[in-house]
Amino acid sequence: MSDYLVQFNNISKFFGKVIALKDVTMKLRKGEIMCLLGDNGAGKSTLIKTLAGVHKPDEGEIIFEGEKIVFDSPKDALDIGIATVYQDLALVPLMSVTRNFFMGREPLKGPPFLKTFDIEKANKIAAERMGQIGIDVRDPSQAVGTMSGGERQCLAISRAIYFGAKVLVLDEPTSALGVHQASVVLKYIVKAASQGLAVILITHNVHHAYPVGNSFTVLNRGKSLGTYEKKDISREKLLSMMAGGEELDKLEVELKEMNRISS
Amino acid sequence: MSTKSKSIESKTDFNQDERLKKVSNLKILLNRPELGALGGAILVFIFFGIVAGDTGMFSAYGILNFLDVSANLGIIAIAAAMLMIGGEFDLSIGSMIGFAGICIAIPAIYWGWPLWMSIIFAFSMAVLVGYFNGILVVRTGLPSFIVTLAMLFILRGATLALTRLITGRTQVPGLRVLIENDPIAWIFATDSFKWVFTWLGSMNLIALRTDGTPLATGIPPSVIWFIALAILTTWILMKTRYGNWIFASGGDKNGANNVGVPVGRVKISLFIGTAVAATIFATIQVLDAGSADTMRGTLKELEAIAAAVVGGCLLTGGYGSAIGAAFGAIIFGTVSMGIFYTDVDTDWFKVFLGAMMLIAVIFNNYIRRKVTESK
Repeated sequence: MSDYLVQFNNISKFFGKVIALKDVTMKLRKGEIMCLLGDNGAGKSTLIKTLAGVHKPDEGEIIFEGEKIVFDSPKDALDIGIATVYQDLALVPLMSVTRNFFMGREPLKGPPFLKTFDIEKANKIAAERMGQIGIDVRDPSQAVGTMSGGERQCLAISRAIYFGAKVLVLDEPTSALGVHQASVVLKYIVKAASQGLAVILITHNVHHAYPVGNSFTVLNRGKSLGTYEKKDISREKLLSMMAGGEELDKLEVELKEMNRISS
Repeated sequence: MSTKSKSIESKTDFNQDERLKKVSNLKILLNRPELGALGGAILVFIFFGIVAGDTGMFSAYGILNFLDVSANLGIIAIAAAMLMIGGEFDLSIGSMIGFAGICIAIPAIYWGWPLWMSIIFAFSMAVLVGYFNGILVVRTGLPSFIVTLAMLFILRGATLALTRLITGRTQVPGLRVLIENDPIAWIFATDSFKWVFTWLGSMNLIALRTDGTPLATGIPPSVIWFIALAILTTWILMKTRYGNWIFASGGDKNGANNVGVPVGRVKISLFIGTAVAATIFATIQVLDAGSADTMRGTLKELEAIAAAVVGGCLLTGGYGSAIGAAFGAIIFGTVSMGIFYTDVDTDWFKVFLGAMMLIAVIFNNYIRRKVTESK
């Protein structure tokens, strides 16, 4: 199965007696977007942290480009090219676009021991990269705080790609955004995937996930309810799986009952 | 370069574009953190120029006098500003000044160490104290306000107790004779550009003593240190990777950590910076006075923080400038000296200091909202 870029096989994670994840399996090819769907408490956060190298899985294996690997720290994951964009985006609102873009990985110039931050080069790259997404940063020294939520999200993703991400793990990239902003971000995610990245999109919003995803993994109470290709599953079926179908069915019956009484 | 070419372009544009560009330039200027302090410093000079212009405040001697006071405060204010940008406070600066003073004086006077060795010893102790402050804050995650407040008491108490234990008193005099021929002490004790003042004196351009030597003998070492530190720290903040890390560590600790900024190391180094700056301050004063006093530096930490705040530093970190803190120190230094040249009772200085700081905080808060506000 070497055509998969990354495989997470039977990942389990326990915290004491609590089973946070059990036998979760995900496989991604280059250029694919897999949506990881789950309600609150489904184990999404634990899974993200396991992918990012924060937690070590208690069972299961991670295979990247055909080789089995173990992450000892988030840096290990980053080094091989699994980049996670958390909900807080790791952006500092008071700092400029450029300074945020290169935070922790500043380009340097000059003689040894007197190396300085190459601001001109950094400004150029940041403006160029943002321009590619269609965000016109007239002044890369403007504070990130002046940008909209969607633009910030795109900046964080664009930064991860620039620094060599092969697998992009996105934690709820659209949750805090309005409809228009969300669609801008989703468009950008599709574009990133089309350039050969594998994207794991974590969300609880099926309406955002369904149009962009190639496959869908539904997580419920720490267990995977399976992975489905887009052609094999409908939006409605996904929704009901996420919510734990029975509960919604029950709700529907109850609502009908209420309607009958009130009419 | 780029602004030049832009303005040439905009000439050919129609009127409205011209106007828009001007507004954006003004906004860029307004967004600089040191703007308030620079404006304040200019106002202060204009004020004293009018009120005390003919009193000798602006003679060579007068200028050096208030520059010396400003520079002393500025040395610690700049370090305090760097630390505040990095998201932390250091309340132990004042106590460190007292501690560093006796670290120089006791070994030199009572243990017979050469002066240069005592000075190196004091700086080594400063690195230790700063490292200890930093590691405590980073490891425990406690607010630096509390940790360094504890250090304020510990250091001051230790300074008093140790000095009394070793010397039986609270002052250690007798250092002046040791400065002569010392290989290091001159860095902290020599007036610079003496020839300029001698020349100015010989041309009768500045006031002379009765023996014909000029009243103002040279630029005091504090001023040289102050200018050097202001340039160095501004260069660090604007032009180096470490500078970007300081902003990032103060702006969002977790975010910075997530993208690989060594936040802990950055903060510890900044705590070492404040302790070392306090020791520079102490060394200059001890060598100037020829004696160390256990109470030296009391309340200086608050003045340093006030100057940093007036200079545009946010109390929440991640924003500010070193050059702003330098202007803040110049404002305080100039007013504290200038007030002697006016009819105003000097008791009012503290009122001014407080009011100035309050205005600065309100102004900074407004600027921060402006900078972070969404489209």
